[in-house]
Amino acid sequence: MMKMTKHVIPGFHFTLGITFFYLSLILLLPLAAFLLYSSGMGMAKFLDVVCDARVFHAYEVSFGTSLAAAIINAVFGLLLAWVLVRYEFPGKRIFDGLIDLPFALPTAVAGIALTTLYAENGWLGRFFYAAGVSSAFSVVGITIALVFVGIPFVARSVQPVLKDLDPSLEEAAVMFGATPWQTFRRVVFPELLSPLLSGAALAFARGIGEYGSVVFIAGNLPYETEIAPLLIMAKLEQFDYQAAAAIAIVMMALSFLILLALNSYQRYRVRRQGV
Amino acid sequence: MQKEKGALGWALIGIAALFLLVMLVLPLVLVASEALAKGWQTYLRAITEPFAVKALYLTLEATVLAVISNTVFGLASAFLLTKFSFRGKSLIGSMIDLPFAISPVVAGLFFIMLFGRMSPLYPFLRAEHITIVFAVPGIILATVFVTFPFITRELVPVMEAQGRDEEEAAATFGASGWQIFRYVTLPNIKWALVYGVILCTARAMGEFGAVSVVSGHVRGKTNTLPLHIEILYNEYNFTAAFAVASILVILAVLILVLRNLAEGRAKRGESHDG
Amino acid sequence: MTAEVHLQHIQKTFGGFKASNDVNLTIEKGRIIGLLGPSGSGKTTILRMIAGLETPDSGDIYIGGQRVNDIEPGKRGIGFVFQNYALFRYMTVRENIAFGLTIQKTPKKKIKERVDALTELVGLKDFGHRYPMQLSGGQRQRVAFARALAPEPELLLLDEPFAAIDAKVRKELRGWLRKAIHKLGITSIFVTHDQDEAVEVADDIVIVNRGHIEQTGTPVEIYQQPRTPFVADFIGEAVHVPDFTIFKGFENGRASGAHEGIIRPEFLEIGADDSEMRMPLASEDGTVRGVYFRGNSAEVDVEVKGQLLKGTRSLEKPPLHEGDTAKVFIHRIYSFAGGKTEILENRAKQIDSVII
Repeated sequence: MMKMTKHVIPGFHFTLGITFFYLSLILLLPLAAFLLYSSGMGMAKFLDVVCDARVFHAYEVSFGTSLAAAIINAVFGLLLAWVLVRYEFPGKRIFDGLIDLPFALPTAVAGIALTTLYAENGWLGRFFYAAGVSSAFSVVGITIALVFVGIPFVARSVQPVLKDLDPSLEEAAVMFGATPWQTFRRVVFPELLSPLLSGAALAFARGIGEYGSVVFIAGNLPYETEIAPLLIMAKLEQFDYQAAAAIAIVMMALSFLILLALNSYQRYRVRRQGV
Repeated sequence: MQKEKGALGWALIGIAALFLLVMLVLPLVLVASEALAKGWQTYLRAITEPFAVKALYLTLEATVLAVISNTVFGLASAFLLTKFSFRGKSLIGSMIDLPFAISPVVAGLFFIMLFGRMSPLYPFLRAEHITIVFAVPGIILATVFVTFPFITRELVPVMEAQGRDEEEAAATFGASGWQIFRYVTLPNIKWALVYGVILCTARAMGEFGAVSVVSGHVRGKTNTLPLHIEILYNEYNFTAAFAVASILVILAVLILVLRNLAEGRAKRGESHDG
Repeated sequence: MTAEVHLQHIQKTFGGFKASNDVNLTIEKGRIIGLLGPSGSGKTTILRMIAGLETPDSGDIYIGGQRVNDIEPGKRGIGFVFQNYALFRYMTVRENIAFGLTIQKTPKKKIKERVDALTELVGLKDFGHRYPMQLSGGQRQRVAFARALAPEPELLLLDEPFAAIDAKVRKELRGWLRKAIHKLGITSIFVTHDQDEAVEVADDIVIVNRGHIEQTGTPVEIYQQPRTPFVADFIGEAVHVPDFTIFKGFENGRASGAHEGIIRPEFLEIGADDSEMRMPLASEDGTVRGVYFRGNSAEVDVEVKGQLLKGTRSLEKPPLHEGDTAKVFIHRIYSFAGGKTEILENRAKQIDSVII
């Protein structure tokens, strides 16, 4: 079946060997163990766990807050990328470097810092609570934590595309008398839509699985602010491994679905518009 | 098209700056402020406390091991994916991206199922007195899992852009695989590699979810810094929690600075070629 | 509004670079103008200033008698075709062409009529629902052309319109574009660095060098009467001679004393021996230094009195070889003095004509 191709550059079998061995050990073996164990649980047990009201609610919280955070990040990520590419201003390099902070800062640190910041007597929380919004131990708090974690995704995927955007596209619109807003909406934005969506989808997928930054600020009240990864932890602590696996399967399916949807959208654009 | 900043430009810059200030800078300031809330004495005591030091050592151990093994894998897999054409290439590419789509908590779960009590391997491991989960090896494996795509991801686009011409030219002179890698490929990807290693280090150092699942929270034995912070925080020992957190903040800022330097170098390297 | 373009004392610098240095230019209505010059000569800057995409540091731009310096690009009645076409990738051919009209809020029915007419004009009627990435280079250029024309501009500007197209298609498109523009009667200015392109498409050529206009004229005028050394050198193929008084028939030189000149291949007659020459006595002896086959003729490098000259020779005549001796008659030379050019005819020809 496998045709032996002659490779000009040496090292094919060596690198293939390392890659395959490593992937097997680190990824495939654990994944196989997980699937093997899960397959022993049976459909009845699976549905029993997944359809439980508390579990279902955790999915809802995870999904809803991740979506909200992804949307917020899409808006601000676009703004950050725009400002960085289009304007010169003092402190721009620090500004640019800061965007990656959520990648570099351990999530647990972010978690406790955000919780203290948005707690009722916190520096920012007091304003929220004064306005009648519980910013900690609520879905608002979870969303804030997920926004923090997801900031770099959209900004970093839009930034290079915007930077390489052909300036004559905008000039062409200007020649037709388009206003800056019309130019942005009809010419620039369609060019940025693809990186914007992929950045937002990555932020969303990350949000669904995020644990460290959320667990402190969530408050973890069943039926209210319990997120899916936390529920897995809870099930593990009760040594209910099957339930943990069942919850995990749905989470993974959700993430894959999002990435799959993104992928098919990009493919559609390539097929339909040749981009 | 570099635009002149009108009122709108300044407004956008202002909003963006405010967003970054509130979302990113303020948490850092808060960590510093809380850590020092009870003075330097308390701060120093918190970070030199034996459990904290042990946790720091474990974090460093797991990070160093994960980064080294991921660097080897990253180089090999990026070389494989960019310098050769073969069937199943895109499959390998997707497998490498897989950890991005998997929650760290679920990743931890994978290792529990592979090495834990329910595993078919468990009787063997038990007989040989090998403990992996709820012990240091598990922490290292979980860290490796969560961070292994970073270096490959960083190298592939750069190596893709370089093409194969230089390696093929070297091969026609009879250079060995190692010589080609050492003298042709590596100089071209040096800074991208540094950049990937830095990213991988950052993530490895701060990994929480996956490690949390496999660690078993044995204080002084299987606690990394992030886990130690969690324990302190849950014990309402906020000052100590933030003191330990401040070490990670300093490391994170250091990583960002290094990252920017490496990125600058990588860009300059590219412009030399172009 | 009559589309007559007039530039007066335009100055423009980018950083320390002088892109336009006192540009003065008048363009008549209905003509196709080629702005020709080497890269970096400032020709694109002139085009972009007319369009309003750049603002001159000083000087005035008039279109149809109206000063447009302070008028927005979109209100100058200009259609612009960009070098890489700048088509909107996420719009179909029809949407691209309709863009300008949609911005002007033209009624839907009118837009449809106009787009129909334009897709017909550019021969892309069946491609209306395709996206730019699904078209060939030549088709894209035609879409860009149609899009620029859609709002019925008074003036059409084209920046290197053929640069991004394969050599083979380019030739075809040049003829097509010239015909299409003439049919519409729209005043057009295009930028090019390719003299063949300028000669073939333009009614008038404007030679630009170092931010300055060297000469304006029809292709024939530019070719036959280059007014500056730069133009003489830039147009056609030219060999510089530092002192032309060494050659027979040009010994007298000129009163001013400057004897630098340019000799074009077509000014030379190269023969194998005296029998091939019409005026053997007035011919120089030379040595063949190289012969290159050029398809319909042979290019011959010949050394005369230590000066290497270039000429052509018909393939019908007996071939010359490297190292052969040859006879060379120089019909005329462009001479320069004080920035002025003058055509000097070989004295032998004048005497000859007197005798006959």
